Amino acid sequence: MYKYDEYDQQMVDTRVAEFRDQVRRRLAGELTEDQFKPLRLQNGLYLQLHAYMLRVAVPYGTMNSAQMKMLGDIADKYDRGYGHFTTRTNIQYNWIKLEDTPDALADLAKVEMHAIQTSGNCIRNISSDQYAGASADEVVDPRPYAELLRQWSSFHPEFLVLPRKFKIAVIASEIDRAAMRLHDIGINLVKNDAGEVGAEFYVGGGMGRTPFVAKKIKDFVPIDQMVTYAEACVRVYNRYGRRDNKYKARIKILVHELGLEAYSKEVDAEFAHLLTQPIEPPLAELERIQAMFVDPAFETGLSDDLDLSDPDFRLWVERNTFAHKAPGYVIANVSLKPIGGIPGDATSDQIRLMAELAKDYSFDELRVTHAQNIVFPHVKKNDLYTLWQKLEKADLSTPNLDTVGDIIACPGLDYCSLANARSIPVAQKISERFGTAERQAEIGELKLKISGCINACGHHHAGHIGILGVDKKGKENYQLLLGGSEGADTSLAKITGPGFDEDGVVDATEKAIDVYLANKQGDERFLDTYRRIGMAPFKEAIYG
Amino acid sequence: MKIVTANDLKSGAVIWWTGVGWSIDVDEAADVGEDGARVIAREEGAQNAVSAYVIDAEKDGQGVRPAHIKERIRAFGPTVRLDLTVKPADANAVNWVI
Repeated sequence: MYKYDEYDQQMVDTRVAEFRDQVRRRLAGELTEDQFKPLRLQNGLYLQLHAYMLRVAVPYGTMNSAQMKMLGDIADKYDRGYGHFTTRTNIQYNWIKLEDTPDALADLAKVEMHAIQTSGNCIRNISSDQYAGASADEVVDPRPYAELLRQWSSFHPEFLVLPRKFKIAVIASEIDRAAMRLHDIGINLVKNDAGEVGAEFYVGGGMGRTPFVAKKIKDFVPIDQMVTYAEACVRVYNRYGRRDNKYKARIKILVHELGLEAYSKEVDAEFAHLLTQPIEPPLAELERIQAMFVDPAFETGLSDDLDLSDPDFRLWVERNTFAHKAPGYVIANVSLKPIGGIPGDATSDQIRLMAELAKDYSFDELRVTHAQNIVFPHVKKNDLYTLWQKLEKADLSTPNLDTVGDIIACPGLDYCSLANARSIPVAQKISERFGTAERQAEIGELKLKISGCINACGHHHAGHIGILGVDKKGKENYQLLLGGSEGADTSLAKITGPGFDEDGVVDATEKAIDVYLANKQGDERFLDTYRRIGMAPFKEAIYG
Repeated sequence: MKIVTANDLKSGAVIWWTGVGWSIDVDEAADVGEDGARVIAREEGAQNAVSAYVIDAEKDGQGVRPAHIKERIRAFGPTVRLDLTVKPADANAVNWVI
């Protein structure tokens, strides 16, 4: 894992001190809210529906157990005993007091964490593959490259006031587990015929009110030019992105309106210019970072056998684990989606327990996923049953990864001041309706995503089944969408038709699933069947 | 009726203008009539409240009820965590919030 150097620590500590003074001045009446708002947002502090909300960055979703423990402690010390893991692999606290925020940030800084650039029109937390460094299918570990980009984008003086927020994802495998093509910039690390690592660049993806799948702009940027090329992409966006209309200000609109070819031409010109400037970090810096991401000391000669005689354990293993690159090890997913629970929420005790378990069973490492779950990346198979038993006691062993119960849901109108409708109650009802293991097994992989407004924080555009909450004459109304995907086969979901009330959309979801089950061929997933038979049979069942 | 809501500067808590001060209980909200803008200017200027705005509401036998669901949820708290609401013991909440 990356370890802060003196510069990292000094930057974060200095920012905490600066914000402490800004809060003091605000509370003393020396700053108005108009003056203070951009300052608090730069430190991840929003004013939400019920209270201030603090969003803490988890860079590329990677944490050690001390950091995770601190997140649990902060939930108790400054909040109400829980945190909410988000689709940007961050954590949010919903009840932070303004006067406590500097102390919370100081505690975070002690474990090399912060809330900088988790809000505002800047480059946000960079996301990556939650299985990085553990799965066998990656070309390289993408985290050092994500870390390099984190350092480049942190406090980048030119990119702190972009036309709109800017999100980057870095992956390094054919299987996209980070929704890479739904980012402003997506980077897929690849190797060329000579075996050299380079970056395949995608631009202009995103969800929100105008969703686009990112387009490939470059097949292969040499790795010692990756930062420079990213700089060129963002610089062109910063110059031409629309600042007159916030709804048209994201890079996806620029790429769409300008056209990929014209945008690419501008980027190439800027790239050529930048190559004459010494902005690329030396390769030695990348190598310094890579040295912190070497594999942990995996034991050799371990058995790959697992005793699956406990049926509940067997189900969890089948559903929630993924093959590891090292023999005798496995990647274990902790679903934060108990049946009828609130997606992504974890109590302070659960957070601290996961921290402890990571220390004991996963080389001190955890990951946060964009699907609002937690990963133990390196678990010895010999330890897996013990780990599972400890998770089970804490209600953290729900075996539903990537099934209909593993719902992504934004906080919705229960917490968010931008939302038009509640997301969580819909997720709870669907989770309960399809909660049994038998029902989930029958349905198989089904990614269901719910957003409480058009901003799409719940990724409804990318759901095999997506649900979008809207305001219809002061009442909550829910549109049903089908056919989205976030993986290597990224696609955008389409609206089925008129919306429903809360119970109605749950019923409509069941009807859509019934159509799938009636038409499924072989091992088809819901998405496969939808793509084969199209929207019509689903509409007929739902509205007919 | 017209009532004024805001967030408390220090805690961020949802608050309601009572005519003489702020309360976290929507039932204590006062009808400000056409006076809302003046209340907001004075209270925000005095750094007592942030993000203040005027909303429509009705008063019935049970209490003051904001017209829009968003403000009813602000008045009550998250509907999915009754333990964290302003009035966790309000058995009628489901009838007036949603």
